[in-house]
Parts: sequence; structure tokens; C-alpha cells
Amino acid sequence: MTQTSEGAHGLTSVPALLHRNATEFGDKAAYREKELGIWQNWTWAEAAKEIEALALGLLKLGVAEGDFVAVVGRNRPYLYWAMVAAQSVGAVPVPLYSDAAAEEMAYVLDHCGARFVIVADQEQVDKVLEVQDDLTQFEHMIYLDPRGLRKYDHAALHHFAALQDQGRAASAELLPELNRRRDALNYDSTCVMLYTSGTTGKPKGVVLSNRNIIETSKNSSEFDHLSAGEDILAYLPMAWVGDFIFSLGQAYWTGFCVNCPESVETMMTDLREIGPTYYFAPPRVFETQLTTVMIRMEDASPLKKRMFDYFMEHARKVGPDILDGKSVSGMDKCKYKLGDLCVYGPLKNTLGFSRVRVGYTAGEAIGPEIFSFYRSLGINLKQLYGQTEAGVFITQQPDGEVRADTVGVPSPGVEVRIGDNGEVFYRSPGTFVEYYKNPESTADTKDPEGWVATGDAGFFEEATGHLRIIDRAKDVAKMAGGEMFAPKYVENKLKFYPNILETVVFGAGKDYCTAFVNIDLNAVGNWAERNNIAYASYQELAGHQRVLDTIQEHVETVNKSVAEDPMLSGCQVHRFLVLHKQLDADDGELTRTQKVRRKIIGEKFEDLVNALYDGSSEIYTETEVTYEDGRKGKISATLEIRDAKVVPVTASKIAAE
Amino acid sequence: MLDNSDSYVTEDGRTIGAVVMEMKNITLRFGGVVAIKDISFDIRQGEIRAIIGPNGAGKSSMLNVISGFYVPQEGEVFFNGKPRPQMRPYEVAQQGIARTFQNIALFEGMTVLDNVMTGRLNKMKSGLLAQAIWRGKAEQEEIENREKAEKIIDFLEIQHIRKTPVSRLPYGLKKRVELARALVAEPNLLLLDEPMAGMNVEEKEDMSRFILDVNDEFGTTIALIEHDMGVVMDLSDRVVVMDYGKKIGDGTPNDIRNNQAVIDAYLGVAHD
Repeated sequence: MTQTSEGAHGLTSVPALLHRNATEFGDKAAYREKELGIWQNWTWAEAAKEIEALALGLLKLGVAEGDFVAVVGRNRPYLYWAMVAAQSVGAVPVPLYSDAAAEEMAYVLDHCGARFVIVADQEQVDKVLEVQDDLTQFEHMIYLDPRGLRKYDHAALHHFAALQDQGRAASAELLPELNRRRDALNYDSTCVMLYTSGTTGKPKGVVLSNRNIIETSKNSSEFDHLSAGEDILAYLPMAWVGDFIFSLGQAYWTGFCVNCPESVETMMTDLREIGPTYYFAPPRVFETQLTTVMIRMEDASPLKKRMFDYFMEHARKVGPDILDGKSVSGMDKCKYKLGDLCVYGPLKNTLGFSRVRVGYTAGEAIGPEIFSFYRSLGINLKQLYGQTEAGVFITQQPDGEVRADTVGVPSPGVEVRIGDNGEVFYRSPGTFVEYYKNPESTADTKDPEGWVATGDAGFFEEATGHLRIIDRAKDVAKMAGGEMFAPKYVENKLKFYPNILETVVFGAGKDYCTAFVNIDLNAVGNWAERNNIAYASYQELAGHQRVLDTIQEHVETVNKSVAEDPMLSGCQVHRFLVLHKQLDADDGELTRTQKVRRKIIGEKFEDLVNALYDGSSEIYTETEVTYEDGRKGKISATLEIRDAKVVPVTASKIAAE
Repeated sequence: MLDNSDSYVTEDGRTIGAVVMEMKNITLRFGGVVAIKDISFDIRQGEIRAIIGPNGAGKSSMLNVISGFYVPQEGEVFFNGKPRPQMRPYEVAQQGIARTFQNIALFEGMTVLDNVMTGRLNKMKSGLLAQAIWRGKAEQEEIENREKAEKIIDFLEIQHIRKTPVSRLPYGLKKRVELARALVAEPNLLLLDEPMAGMNVEEKEDMSRFILDVNDEFGTTIALIEHDMGVVMDLSDRVVVMDYGKKIGDGTPNDIRNNQAVIDAYLGVAHD
């Protein structure tokens, strides 16, 4: 592969970037975390010192070059430091999903053969201890929060701060070795290993080099003109490539400040207090926020509600155009200004988006209505398309060319081509090195010339040059009658309704499409409260006749809209049921990044799928569920299956050609 | 000096120290009703001591005797080896005793943070005027107290409701706020009156963990009344069992489980 600049400005590793930041903007805030009700602050110079102390501590503990150091916990500055400290001593950080169950964690820890694990608290310590007998290479664990750990055997357990102290004390003796190891890092040394969320099988370890991370961070920072003045809120799982690029790659490249929330529950408050200028969230977060706003507006006084409805309608009309800098009549502009004063401004402030200059959503397609809601408020929300193997960026939307149905143009430095079967391929400086210990999969995914198959089907729009993603190539199929079947397309339309949290559409190889629906407990619960509908459980609410009626209305409306697309009109949902339990990552039905695992759901609920196709009007089912602490239980329910009206389509056969 | 001679170490490695409070032949009457009849037991430094019994057994009355709210007609209470005189509530608090209530007693209109801060009132030494004009010592004190309060808020994981008025909270969280207010006074002896009453299983598990953590982290001696036998047996080091105002058992959870009188009281036997 050709390389344009061998290490931009001679900065060929994250520790080197850290050194530059500590020298160039040493007094600038690098990390903030809310603790004891106050935002604690670390400058780049201070962060560099903390990281060095930990790195020395790791040396003292015997971390060797090439060792894997797993990092588990919610977003905290200390854990980001842990990753950079691991890099500094020549080891490879492997961030894991902190909400993973012990067995899931065991697989990853064993696969990478981590000798060292750095964890946040007792909960994570317990998980690792539970599975440590299966981990042949595991040696030492380092924890942040000592609470509840006093009575544990401390032979292989070390307190983070104490280890730093040991490192500082041994500084004179170990510093030369640390410097040697830091200097030995180059553009090709491994920067991080991230495990894919595994929509289809066991997670795979994606090895990303310093070149991958730094080149990608540089290109994407320049694309959006990111500066050292940005503030971001780090709240997405540290194991996810997006967080690694945004909170580490781009932060170290440009030197901006990473803010960590106080706890998971306080995230919305902290978001508001920080007011990030650069923001990233998967569609689900935007959906949830919109649902919350809508619920609260339902409860607002009539005057406020009318004002909200009036100005939101205006915003929908002209907001996106104003944001894109298109010409809008003076009258409309005035009215938008007034709306900004009365509605949009306060709303953005409540949501914590007052200062957002660039916002991204990715991971899944976002409902067009949700997308335009935020854009009409004047929030520069854009879409990008990427994956772990690409170091996130494949395509992204430039300012002023933002649309809900495309994912933008190839990111700087990325080449994209469409295969003969419609699959999207890319080649970029961010392209991963390999799957760890898995040469077959590496060869399957990446060809010798460096082209990577994304597994997604898509095409470039002729007029604009923007990429449109249709669906996972694997999921796109033919129905029995030959019509094209693209489940995501229908699911996204359904999920636009605040009442519907998740849905799974079936239909590959069948005569017609059917769907599972998950209600959104927040939205439906609030509706039930307002309508004096009593319910004792999620299950009872999900099976309520009036809830089913509402969902049926939604399905039928979506059918109408699907019928308008000649290519996909066969995907109308003929029959559906509302699931008695929420699809959950703990039960393996979703990935840890909240993506639907279609195949597993199809197998697990086979009886329900069959019932959708055999014409029965109800079905009794028993489902095993896993609680957060790993215990298992069973729930049973009788689910009603409903038929939805569909729009007759005659031209479908032709369109499928 | 306290007698440390028979201190012991629990299975999980905590050292249980000397007797901090001793009840000697306590009898408490309300008019003709005998609520507590000739009960003696002790509470040791660092232990979790439970008082259990069926409804109306006199558990809450016993806790009120420990807290000094009720003065028994007979018998004596020894605190730190000395007989304890009759005291006012604030004097009890100054001795390092804090409590929570069976039916939550918080200031409903105030925020969680303000409620927790009231637990520090005893420690505020600056005068009314100084506090009113917010100068010098008053400001310094407020900052120190706020830090203590925040540490407890962090400990009990209620950061997300810090600024929420208590009246808007669900029951389980109110209980936790009440515990926070008691803890922020940095008590040596913490009295919990039915900390799990009315909670669901998950809330009970959380609360149990917090009780254990408090004991472990701060070394606080805890005396608690509880209905839920399972919880009591898991949590406590020693258990006193009461029935009809009398003590019918005293010992480790294992002793109590095998105590015939306790089994009879709980399962019920025919009265002659």
C-alpha cells in the first residue's frame, strides 16, 4: 500500500501525540470528569504525567512488549489513560464492553490471551475472577475503585493509584526502559485491538495499527475542521471503534477535550452542562431523546404545546434549508428567528445541543423523520458510514450536502467501489491490519490489493455521487415470488414511531412479509397513563388490545409508504405480533451495540415465526430470559397475531427484474 | 477502657471488637402494656446486629430504647462501657448515633442534596450571623460539609437525583436518601428500622449491598430491624429474636435457624 506521509509530522504513535499535546498545549484541558458533583479537570501536561506514572507501574508489574492489556469499564479518564499507558510500554490495549456477561468476556480475554486486565470496579473484578480459571494467560488485574474489594486476595490484584505511586517511585530506574519502548513505536505497530460486536457469530479481534488510527483521525478531523477547542462527551462504550476514534484518535490528533459523565444515569444532565461542540450518537440515542421530548410535550400546557407545534412545523419547512445555506424568504427567516427564541433555542439547550457544531450519527440507518427533526432545529447532524475494520470512516456527508437517505461521499483518503453483486468495497489508510488469530476471515474480508468487503449492499447516486446503503448484503434476499426483500428498509420506517422501539421483519423466501414488534415502554407507558390504562408489567402492556390497535395503525401506514417504492413494494407487512419481552443483548438477541441479530432471533422464536405464516390467530410461547446478573428465568405468554391491511401491488414482478 | 478480651474475627475477615452498647434487663411499659420484658443483649464494635421478630414483638420499641428516644422503666443502657443518662435527640446524635425510620421521615419539598446536608447540621459550628452573611468560617464549613455529602451521594449511587425534590422520588430511592442522610453524620452506630420494608427484590438486593458496604468501608456498627428473614440471615453477624416483648433467641444466624423457640414463633404453635 502506498503511503503519502510516513507519519504525519513525524508523529507515528499515540504516545508521541500525547507528548506533542503536553508540550504544545500543556495548560489546555484534556480530560474532565464529573466527580463529587464538580467537574474535575486535567490538562494535557497533567494527563501525560498520570499516564507516564501508570506506564511505569505497568513496567514494574512486568508488562512485556506485545502483551495484550484488556480495559473494562464505563468511560472514565483513568481508563483512557490506561489504554495510552499500555501503548507506551509497547503493549496492545483491548477495550471490552463493560456490560458483557462473564462468559462473553471470557471468550475475548482468552482469545487475545490478555495477561493484564484493567477494570473499573468490583463488578468487573468479580466477572473476571469468575472466569479466571479458563484464562490460561491471565496474571494481574488492576482496579480503579477500591470499594468492596478490601477483603479480596490482593496477590494478583492492584489498585490503580497505588500502581501509579509504585511507578513514580521506581521512575529513576524504569524511565530509560519506558523511553526506549516509546521510541520503538512506529507507524506499523499495533495501536489497539477492538472486537467486533458480532452480528453473525463469535466476535473477531480487529487489529488496527498506529497508521490506521492516526491517518483516519487526521483525515476526518480536517474534513470537519475540528480544532483543539472542541468539547466532546465520551459516553459510548469504550470497546466500540467510534469511541476509540473520537475520544482517543481525534482527541489526541487535534488536542480537544474529552468529558466523561459522572455515571450512566447522569449522562443527560452532564451533556447539558458540558454542551459539546462535536457530538456523536447512534440513531437509538436520537430516537430516545426525541421520544422524551414528545412525551414531555404531551404533558405540557396547551399554550406551550400549540407554540411548539406551530414553530416546529415552520422549522420542518425551512430549518434544513437555512442550515444548508440555501436561500429562504426574509419572512420565513424572521419567523425562524422568532421560533429560535421561543422554541428551538430552549429545546436545544435542554437537549444539550446548544453548542453542537458538528454532530454525527452512524451504526444504523436513522429514520428520515428523526433526522430532519434535529436538522430543522439548526443542529448540524450528519450521517457517516463506517465499520470497525475501516477505523470507522468509509463515507461521510460534507456540510451542506446532508440528506437522510444517503451516507455521503467517500471520506478523504478512502476509495469506494461497488461490486458486481451490489456489495460495497473500500480501500483506505484506515483499513485494518488483520483479524487476530484468524487468517481465513482476514483473507475472506480483505483481498491482496487491500479492498475490503463491507457486507452491505449499496449504490452511488448518479446525480450527487453520494452513496446509498440498501441493507446488509446478507439480509437482502428474494421472496418466494421473486420480489426484493430488504428488511432494514421497512424496520426503519416502523421504528420512526415513538411507540415502536425495535422490530424484526421476516420474509426471505416466503410469500409475504411479517414482523415482530417491540413496544417502547417509555412512550407506551406514558400513553397508557394518560388514557387511564392500568397495566402490571411490560408483557401485559404489550398485549393490550388498544396497544395492538395502535401498532396495527402504524404498520398499515408504513405499508402504504412501502407500496410507493416500486422496488420494495413486496416488503409490506401482512401479519405481525407484539413481542412479550424486550429484545436484549443479555439474551443474545441484540449485539452490545444494540443491533438486531436477525438469525438468532429467527431461531430462538421459531415457533412465533411459524405462527406468523401458518395463519393462526394466537400462539402460546415460553422464552428463557437472562437477568443482568447472569441468572436465568422463564417467561410465558399467549401472543395475538394480527393481520394488517396491505396495498395491492401489480407491478411488483417487473420491478424485481 | 473497653473490654476487648472476647473480640472475634468473622468468616469474611472482619474484626468484631468490644461491646459498644449493652442492654441490661430492659423493661418498657406503656401504661399497662408491657412492650419489652426483661431483655438483655449487647452490640459489638463493627458488627451487623439484627433484631427480628413477628409483628408486635416490640422490635421498634427496642430500637427506640437503643436510640434513647424511649427511656425504659427498668434496666439500664450502657454506652461505651458507661451507663447512659437520659438524653435529648441532638445529644444522642452528638454521641455518634444515627438512624433511619420505618416510615420515611425526609423533608419532602427539599432536594436530595439538601436533605443529605441536614445530616451535617450537628457538625456546623459557625454562628447564625456568619451563616447568614456567608463569610469566613461559614463558607469553609459549607464546602467541607458539601464534600462529605457528595462522597456519600457517590457511595450510594444517587448522583442522578442530586437536585430532584424528594417528593418526586419512588419509595426505594427515598429509603436510600434517608440512609444517605444518616451516613453523612459519620455515625459510629447506625440504626436501621426496617430498611427493606416495601421494596421489591432488586431494591432489596441493592440495599443489602449498601448495608454491607457501609459496614465494610466505614467500619460502622449497624443495628437493624428487619422482617425479611432471608435478608437478615445473609446480612447479620448476630441476631436477637423477640416475641411478645421477650427475647427468645440470640446468636449467629445459624444458631437462630436451628432454635426451636424461634421456629415456633415464626411458624406458629398451638398456645395452651
